[in-house]
This record gives sequence, structure tokens and C-alpha cells, in this order.
Amino acid sequence: MRNRALAIPYVVWMALFVIAPLILIVIYAFTAKDGGVTLSNFSNMGQYFPAFRHSFVLAVIATLICILIGYPLAYFLSKESVMVRKVAMMLIMLPMWMNFLLRTYAWMSLLDDNGLINQFLGSIGLFDLINGIFGTNLTCFHMINTQGAIILGMVYNFLPFMIMPIFSVIDKIDPKVIEAAQDLGANNTMVFRKVIFPLSLPGVLSGVTMVFIPSVSTFALSRLLGGGKTLLLGDLIEMQFLGNAYNPHLGSAIALVMMVIVLVCMAIMNRFGEGEEGVAVL
Amino acid sequence: MSKRRIPSRIFTVLVYLFLYAPIVLLIVFSFNSAKSNRVWEGFSLKWYLELFQDTRLLGALRTTLILSVLAALIATILGTAAAIGFYSMRRRSRSVCLSVNNIPLTNADIITGVSMMLLFVFAIGAFNGSPLSQLLGVRWKMGFGTLLLAHITFDAPYVILSVMPKLRQLDPNIYEAAQDLGASGFYAFRRVILPEIMPGVLNGLIIAFTMSIDDFVISYFTKGSGVTTLAVEIYTMVKKPVTPEINALSTLMFICVFLLLLIVNVRQARQETASSRRKAALTPSDGQS
Repeated sequence: MRNRALAIPYVVWMALFVIAPLILIVIYAFTAKDGGVTLSNFSNMGQYFPAFRHSFVLAVIATLICILIGYPLAYFLSKESVMVRKVAMMLIMLPMWMNFLLRTYAWMSLLDDNGLINQFLGSIGLFDLINGIFGTNLTCFHMINTQGAIILGMVYNFLPFMIMPIFSVIDKIDPKVIEAAQDLGANNTMVFRKVIFPLSLPGVLSGVTMVFIPSVSTFALSRLLGGGKTLLLGDLIEMQFLGNAYNPHLGSAIALVMMVIVLVCMAIMNRFGEGEEGVAVL
Repeated sequence: MSKRRIPSRIFTVLVYLFLYAPIVLLIVFSFNSAKSNRVWEGFSLKWYLELFQDTRLLGALRTTLILSVLAALIATILGTAAAIGFYSMRRRSRSVCLSVNNIPLTNADIITGVSMMLLFVFAIGAFNGSPLSQLLGVRWKMGFGTLLLAHITFDAPYVILSVMPKLRQLDPNIYEAAQDLGASGFYAFRRVILPEIMPGVLNGLIIAFTMSIDDFVISYFTKGSGVTTLAVEIYTMVKKPVTPEINALSTLMFICVFLLLLIVNVRQARQETASSRRKAALTPSDGQS
């Protein structure tokens, strides 16, 4: 059944549609419109520093929030019975299979100044209370078209990607290991700190990758939830390829820089993760 | 013990509330008679009626379904063959191939999208400027063809990732056993190997299909101007402030996804019980006890 030739069509396919496009990105990034080799695409990038900063700051915050929500949830779920665990995981995956634009659209109307959240807060008298205490004239919390709304969109759309890998790693921890720790006199906190947490780190790392990469490169989210006020890297790249600012050379350069920064971040994190694992083994 | 679990249960419920509140909102307001996601004015099915009369959206849905089925089928054939090929390779070349295979999975969608767009623009420009184009009287442009190529490219890695583990579980001797019993190479593959790896192939097909249906970013960059997919069409609709048709569409899609996920899970559970039963039957000591 060993037949290496069967891989040939796909290897050719990958060369054409995976490798060649990436090479084209590099070529475009280092050339000008007239075809000459240039570095001006990179030297002009300084003016887009705010977009880089916003993208990375928002993505880091969203990833941290996802860890803070996702890790405890995965941990709590792993203690439930088999049946509950299965249904719970299915319910985590279910929203993920609905198009993220539809999910984002739902938040657009929830966060609105006249949206259901503000209606609810108004109906329980929160605004009257605040106005009474501080003498303000508040009628709603302004939530849509802010950076907070973008972060919320990222967390909402990508949270399942954090929960699932953490859960599957914790779920696979051999209960004997935990029993052994308990037999050796560890209390619950120590079992978590010395056994479960170190063993679950690979799951956290892959969760971070799966949340951070789509967050940092997102486009559309900032337009839909941020009102287009915060220009993110994804929007910047899109503008260079399909928007008014048509300039695929600059777009390729920005995409390349983003890709390199993300790769470097991931490499550093994986190194850090390996180090932690090494400690756990010792 | 149970008392100590109460805070964790509350936390869990709150997270699920966070995940599902927006979806419930869409479903509830899809039956609202007013053109609003804020005020409830009474029950109505008119947004569903409008949805089914929206020819542009239905056209996009048809394109998306044809595209996803075609892309998933081709990716499954290409990917299954490639998985067997990779499996037969020496370790070194296999790990190189698998890392290239992982590129579309780990790269940001927008990078995959714009890089393929560059390739298509480049290739189409080169072809249309060539004498071959004039000779044949054909001019290429981005459209369904480029969409299909892009979708196959990001579908195939998922197929390979779900077929490879099945190949590793395979007993390396059964293929030779079939040949010793007189089966030709292809016959042995069809009757012995394929049934063994079929669950992985089918799972790959389903994942590929759902990835294609769900994709927005890569389609957005590779579709050209002539065709549109459901996700891209949703994007243009969502940019407008209030479009209640979207609520109806979300409800229908949610039901489809729910049913699909239910079928996949039930299938998986059946497979697990079947395989554990078979294992029990094969090991006499377990069978007796």
C-alpha cells in the first residue's frame, strides 16, 4: 500500500497555490509599481504604526480575556460527568459553526445606544441611580463603535478556540497522576499548581495561537463593531488590495511584516512553553 | 463537595449565557413584525417570506452550496491520495510535506486570501497578455474558477489531518495479506484499506464542506467581481444598520448547523460503541468477563 506517487498531485498543488502565492507576497513587498526593487514599501510604513499598535494591543487584550474566561471554564467542565462534558463541548462548538458575521451582527444591535442591554439597564433603574448619585444626565452606556466593542467581538467570536484545546488537554490528564500527587500529600491547590496547570500549558499555548492570529489579522470586525474609527491591520491590508488605496505592493509589505511579527511571537511563546514543560518533567 | 461547586456552576452558566444570548436574540427577533432588533411589536413570518424572495441572496446560497460541495469533494480525493502518499514517505520528506500542509491552517486567513489573489491576478494577467489567449480567443478573469481553486487549497489540509491518524492506526500487514490471498493492488485498496480509513475520509469531507460554507475572508479576496458567496453577501447586508432578513437567515442557518452537529456526534458515538464492541469480541478474556 506504500505508494509515494499518490502525493505528487497534492505536492504540485501546494507548490502552486500555497508556496507560490507566499513567494509573490515577498516579491511584491520588495518591488515598486514600476517593477524596480525597492525598500520604500517598508520605509513608508512608519505612518501606519498606529494600526500595528491598535491591532496588537486589542488582540493581546482579547487573548488574555479569553484565557481568563476559557481556562476556568475548561477546568470546571473537565470535572463534570462524561455525558455533561460531551453536550457542553457540543454547545461550545455550535456557535462557532455559524458565520462570524451573523454573530457579530447580533452584537451590533445588542450594544446599540437603544439596544437591549441599555434598555435592560434602564428598566432596572441603573441610569436613574447613577444620575441621582453623580448628578449626571446619563441615558445609556455608549458601547457600540468603541474599541471595547471590538475586543468584545474578538472574545465572543474566538473564545471557543481557547476553550477547546485547553479542555482536551485537561481531559486527557491521567487521573492516576492526580491521585499519586494526593497520596504524596498534596492538597487541592498544590495538585492544581504543580500537576494540572503545568500539564495543561500546551493546550493554553495552542489556544493562544488560535485566538491571537485571527484577532490580530481581523478585518470587518472593526468596521462593524468599531464604527471604522479604529483602523486595524486587517482593514489596512484590505484597503490596499480591494479598497480605494489600491497598492498591492504596500499591502504585501504590511502583510509580510504582520506575518513575521506573528511568527516571532509564536516562536518565543513556544520556546517559553517548552521551558515550562521541561520544568514540569523535572 | 456539591456546595463548593456552586460558584463554578454559576460561572459556567454565565459563559454559556454570553455565548448564546446574541443567538437567541437573533432567533426571537426573526419573528418580529417590526423592522427592528430593539422593539418587539408582534409575531410575524414576513422576514422569512422576504428571505425566500430575495433572488440575490438565493443565488449566492446556490453558488456557495455548489462551490462547497465541489471543493470538499475534490479536496477529499486530492487529500486522501496525498495522505497515503505522505504516509508512504520517509520521515524527513513527510515532515516537510506536513509542515507545508499546515501553512494554510496556521496562517491568518487574510494572508492566504491576499496571497492567492496576487497569484490569480498575476497568472490571469500573464495569460491574457500571451499569444495563447489571442489564439484561443479566451480571456480569463477571477470568478467561480478562482474561488474553487482557493477553497480546495484551504480544504485539503483538513482532509489530510483527519485521514493521517486513520492510516497510522492501520495494521501494516492487512494490505499484504489481501494481496497474498490474490487481490490486485487496487482491489485490495478498495476492499481492505478504504473501508478502514473511511471514517477519517468522511470526517475530512464534512469538515472541508463546513469550512467552505463558513469562509468569508478568503472568498472575499478571490471571488472577483462576477460571483458572490453567501458569506460575502451577508457582509454587504450586515454593513447596513438594520436588515431583519439577516435574523431569519441566522435562524435557519443555526438550525442547519445544529442538526449537522447532532448527526456528526451521533455518528461518532455509534462508531465508538461499534469499535469498542469489536475490540471486546476480539479479545477473548474481555468477551468472557
